[in-house]
Amino acid sequence: MKTQVLEIDREALLAQTLRGEFPDARGRFGPFGGRYVPETLVPALDRLEQGIRDILPDPAFKAELDLQLRTWVGRPTPLTYAAALSKRWGAEVWLKREDLAHTGAHKINNAIGQGLLARRLGAKRIVAETGAGQHGVATAAACARLGMPCTVYMGSIDMERQAPNVGRMKLLGAEVVPVTGGDKTLRAAIDEALRDWVSDPNGTFYILGSAVGPHPYPYMVREFQRVIGVEARAQMLAQAGALPDVVVACVGGGSNAIGLFHPFIPDTEVKLLGFEAGGIGPGLGQNAASLAYGTPGVLQGCYSLLLQDEHGQIQETQSVSAGLDYPGVGPEHALLASIGRLGFAASEDDESLEALSECSRYEGILPAIETAHAFAGARKYAQKNPGCRILIGLSGRGDKDMPTLQRTLLKGKI
Amino acid sequence: MTTLITTGTAQPRDSISTAIKDAAASGRPAVVGFMTAGFPDRAHFAQNLRAIAIEADVVEIGVPFSDPMADGATIQRASFASLQGGFTLRWLLAELETMQPRPQAPVLLMSYLNPLLAFGLERLPEVARKAGVSGFIIPDLPYEESADMRAALDRVGIALVQMVTPVTPDARLKMLCEASQGFVYAVTMTGTTGKSVAVPDEVLDYMDRVQSMSPVPVCAGFGIRTAEQVSRMRGHVDGVIVGSALVEVLERDEDPATFLRGLKP
Repeated sequence: MKTQVLEIDREALLAQTLRGEFPDARGRFGPFGGRYVPETLVPALDRLEQGIRDILPDPAFKAELDLQLRTWVGRPTPLTYAAALSKRWGAEVWLKREDLAHTGAHKINNAIGQGLLARRLGAKRIVAETGAGQHGVATAAACARLGMPCTVYMGSIDMERQAPNVGRMKLLGAEVVPVTGGDKTLRAAIDEALRDWVSDPNGTFYILGSAVGPHPYPYMVREFQRVIGVEARAQMLAQAGALPDVVVACVGGGSNAIGLFHPFIPDTEVKLLGFEAGGIGPGLGQNAASLAYGTPGVLQGCYSLLLQDEHGQIQETQSVSAGLDYPGVGPEHALLASIGRLGFAASEDDESLEALSECSRYEGILPAIETAHAFAGARKYAQKNPGCRILIGLSGRGDKDMPTLQRTLLKGKI
Repeated sequence: MTTLITTGTAQPRDSISTAIKDAAASGRPAVVGFMTAGFPDRAHFAQNLRAIAIEADVVEIGVPFSDPMADGATIQRASFASLQGGFTLRWLLAELETMQPRPQAPVLLMSYLNPLLAFGLERLPEVARKAGVSGFIIPDLPYEESADMRAALDRVGIALVQMVTPVTPDARLKMLCEASQGFVYAVTMTGTTGKSVAVPDEVLDYMDRVQSMSPVPVCAGFGIRTAEQVSRMRGHVDGVIVGSALVEVLERDEDPATFLRGLKP
């Protein structure tokens, strides 16, 4: 591995972060972020940026989004006290229930937000990528509701391991295009969605599902996902009577994590912890943990931490979780991790599946495999910090994971 | 770090515009031939490059990248094959530096940004200059993000070519033409490389507009495959870039020189 070291002034960047100064005018989160795209997309991104500036603060848009979130998505989602896990872990465990949002994960917050924005901006059709299929399903549902045609690119490997979601997208009226090039997972799906968008940058709107990509995507996705953290923070104060000691989320590209973390960033007494896909081990190609093992570089429009070889070629990743199986991470997470505001570690496949099993058995909640990485991490944290108050982002439900669970946890059992 | 004093003398980047202008002076658009480095294999790279450089006025060598988001199926396929064959930028630059005889035409590298960042912006310009590279085309580096790269290449007189597209607004088009070095890469259409295009009047109008704004030669690229297209472009551009079609010739193990000769009107 190369040892490229970023020279940064941690204290200055932390102060700017706490003042809410990122992204800056160039779409940067400190050294990370930016806009590294083919020239064809530059005018489209300029229009999108202008649209965000004009439309997001518009009271009519806010009211429209709020109505959809309340009456169609099912917000606010509850905060659940996890009594059994609290007892087992010797901690106070609270769950923010994005699994109860419409279509089964947090992805819908962003999909309906970008969908409404796309319609305002006059888009004729929508494209999206999907890994676990949750963003694809959410986008297909939003497009069905808003009456817009939708094409979803999905890696052929992911189509197999998340088969139930492929059928759901089709029922919701989306065209699902298998991606057989590249690594046949989320990264290749994003490449293909970008190629589609490059072909029609004026009429097509790309609803990107993660907090990655060129500016203004990481910012926009954060803004649409912040509702998770805003609700959770108020619910903690109301139900637990205090802020959590630590907020835990799983991190792939990082959309649920940034949505949950962002409102807590100024609460410096609250620790933020992200758990990435540790796959089968720490070696290059064995995991998808870009914060833990990545180096700086440019992929799919932004400068962030990447899993790459010494020649700058992006490496294939490995994870039992399709949604975390991505060799990069959102630029804001890269910044938060670099300045020490965000702690991070990797949860490996086995311990994550075990955590999924524990949550299912003792709380009556089947979490997504992605989410289970956060549970595995939270449990380890609780063991080292007895009595701590933990808020876990329960980003999605695990129904979609049945094909994988049949092959792993349930193997030989049914 | 050594700073080269290049002011007043011919710089590597000048060879590109000179070659394009020379061709245009003979009454035909210059032909910029694109090949993927290390494809179909590393062993025949030098031989293919020399063959292409005899017929092409300028050669553009594609640096394979794992995520070629601006490229269509052909160049993706060639890039992945080359990477599987063990391609590295280090190998390419060493090969270019040592190959004898030298390619007859000026050489540009087309690379996505990340392999260049991994190589290191501090040493890239000097190594590229020694390898005889006259310019770079970096499709995922828009002007606004290009200051560091531009400054680095400027030190050794290597061109940074800007791309413009049919959806580029006029004010931006003018700015990009003025910033571009060597030539302006005018993308014929929105989309990725390789799809064949008809050349309707609006494409010619767009090329005329680019030419009227550009202080450097203008070359049209994306989807150029036939002599008919090239002859229709005559008078509207200074050159054409032939990429996927030429890579397909190499893929079929045919003679690239014959194909390139056939493109000249």
